[in-house]
Amino acid sequence: MLTSAFSFTRLRAQFIKEVLSVLRDPRSRMVVFVPPILQLLVFAFAATLEVRNVDIAVYNQDAGRWSHELVQRLDSARFITHVRHVDSQRLLHEMIDRGEVIAALAIPVDFSRTIAAGDSGRAQVLVDGRRSNSGQITVAYLSTIAADVGAEVVPDAQAPTPVVVRHWFNPNLVYRWFIVPGLTGILALFSALLITSLSIARERELDTFDQLLVSPTSTPEIIVSKSLPALAIGTLLGLFMISAGVFLFGIPFTGSFALLLASLVLFILSVVGIGLMISAVSMTQQQAILGAFAIGVPAVLMSGFATPVENMPLVLQWLAQAIPLTHFLIIVEGSFLKAMPPGDILASLWPLALIALATLTMATVFVRGRLQ
Amino acid sequence: MNGTTKHKDGNGPQQTDLRHFDLRRLIALVTKESYQALRDPSTLLIAFVLPVVLLLLFAYAVSLDAKDVRVGVVLESPGAAAQELAAAFAGTKFLDAHFAHDRREVADQLVSGDLRGYVVIPQDFEQRLAQRGSEPLVQIVTDGSYPNTANYVENYARGVVQSWRAGLDVGAPAQAVMLEPRYWFNPELESRRALIPGAIAIVMTIIGTMLTALVVAREWERGTMEAVLSTPASVAEILIGKLLPYFVLGMLSTLGAAALAVFVFGVPMRGSLAALLLLSAVFMVPALGQGLLISSLARNQFLAAQIALFTGFLPAFMLSGFLYEIDAMPAPIRAITRAVPARYFVDSLKTVFLAGDIWAVFLPNLAAMAAIGGLFFVIAKRATRKNLE
Repeated sequence: MLTSAFSFTRLRAQFIKEVLSVLRDPRSRMVVFVPPILQLLVFAFAATLEVRNVDIAVYNQDAGRWSHELVQRLDSARFITHVRHVDSQRLLHEMIDRGEVIAALAIPVDFSRTIAAGDSGRAQVLVDGRRSNSGQITVAYLSTIAADVGAEVVPDAQAPTPVVVRHWFNPNLVYRWFIVPGLTGILALFSALLITSLSIARERELDTFDQLLVSPTSTPEIIVSKSLPALAIGTLLGLFMISAGVFLFGIPFTGSFALLLASLVLFILSVVGIGLMISAVSMTQQQAILGAFAIGVPAVLMSGFATPVENMPLVLQWLAQAIPLTHFLIIVEGSFLKAMPPGDILASLWPLALIALATLTMATVFVRGRLQ
Repeated sequence: MNGTTKHKDGNGPQQTDLRHFDLRRLIALVTKESYQALRDPSTLLIAFVLPVVLLLLFAYAVSLDAKDVRVGVVLESPGAAAQELAAAFAGTKFLDAHFAHDRREVADQLVSGDLRGYVVIPQDFEQRLAQRGSEPLVQIVTDGSYPNTANYVENYARGVVQSWRAGLDVGAPAQAVMLEPRYWFNPELESRRALIPGAIAIVMTIIGTMLTALVVAREWERGTMEAVLSTPASVAEILIGKLLPYFVLGMLSTLGAAALAVFVFGVPMRGSLAALLLLSAVFMVPALGQGLLISSLARNQFLAAQIALFTGFLPAFMLSGFLYEIDAMPAPIRAITRAVPARYFVDSLKTVFLAGDIWAVFLPNLAAMAAIGGLFFVIAKRATRKNLE
């Protein structure tokens, strides 16, 4: 049954058929291209770990100069929208409870007096621990403000230790510069994974897989023809999003475009292999989609997009090395911002090639298993 | 649901009579749908295996608390003070210091991602220290391509230098203004305590929206939806019959995830179980409604999956305040988040787990979820009717 050789004409016909099965329906065409691009636009602005536009509550029991100074500085702080004044500790607690403010300052009666006497004036800050990350950043901002007030109290004493800080590759730490290249990989991954995982499962559900069985097609031909549409669509999407990053978001692209393109193709290929494996074991489209999901979501979480891989436990770090997205993220971030030299790109490229080889081989084995 | 009476063609008064709500028929439908749901291993995979995997990952893999960040320390000065500062870097548990003698060496490692930052203790460090002047003592360089980690590196490295210097002059005056932060609800500041409750919202979105969208879209794709609709069963019965099993599945999965969060991952449960169940049940309304709406618009599993992914799952992930702070987003995007049901659920879940039963938080959230859910169902019903015409 599988003796037939690799035929180019047959392959071309199958490729056209597979592309049509995805893009024939105008709604499908739209859904393949439009949502990922919209998501890129929305998420590029949404994903930020900075703190902005928050409200702070203040319970000021002190009528003195220094608490006034502190409150005034809070009022003019750019990350705070409103400073809400309350007149009891209980109200302060309630506002935190309800999540109306992220932090609440309680300034004691003797605040200015203590400072005038040469001691430290202490103000208590209650922080909403439900927002643990933003809470910590808020406290860091507030501490800077407190230090500024302190510097006014004793202008010459204890200048802060002189340290110069330079953020390489992204001097102002614009979060978008990190998010957009990363989203390119994630959105391309989901598109390619869904398209391929459905390819064989759809045929099986619609009972056309049997027809494929009796046709003279060989397994490699099936694999290639099922891979190509997703490869083409995924690569196109990826390229589009990369150019959006450069031209729309103005993110500096400093690396080698050719190497990035090669990595993108290898990355999509390895995803296609995973998708085909899922498709081969699925009996229905529902199983295929849910399987793609059950693989895709943990893969994204472990890839280092949300939080760095090196923060994870060792076992998960090893597992992360088997995820194509992990390597692609290093390459795409490096190509955009770091002007990553070819040597470093290759260090992440060969694992990608290895993963692609492994997943495509396994996909062939799985599909062949289905054919027999 | 007497919308069917409006159809003139072929619907005699007799049939209209038949289409009233019948409990026995409903039970039969629910039983059939439940069997159909449970027979498919992928349903169980999504409802019970995926939540466990997700919770495990949020507990161990996704951690916003950076620790052991790899930084290089370039020690160019041979002096005793410089050695002491270098030792301080080696001693901190937040940084994993790697020593080097040449800047170029660490600069390359910064590009390749082996290091997230480096500190240079310059050759003339002792002189600069003696001058106590404007010359910077040390230089901190971070990998800005990972902004969050870069912030950590800066803050920790500054902290090390500052406390090392404070140790030098003991007689220095204390700071004039001191803030004493107290973190409520999460004094240990473990990010997993804030993340895991939010992860439950993600799981429920997957079950409610994704699974329902697929299941109902399959019926449309195969044409069995029309077949079911032509039976005496009313639209309401059919929809309840379809949705109830997934509602129950979602609630069971929530309970399982909550038990896992509390007993395995040590997330406190300061609110009541009743509040958690009420919140989850109300969240299922927009989640199921969205799934139903997607399926009746798409009527094809591939389309339904794509739409559910891009309008259900990803917004629940990115726009719900689960990982990224909504306050920090630009105004138009903050407006979009108001239409994401998961936003209200994440907020409520964090409160019920970490803070307690605060109805001032729950009530507006419950109202918003119910309103969005109601809207989804109304539009879904319209779309269903249109599909039949």
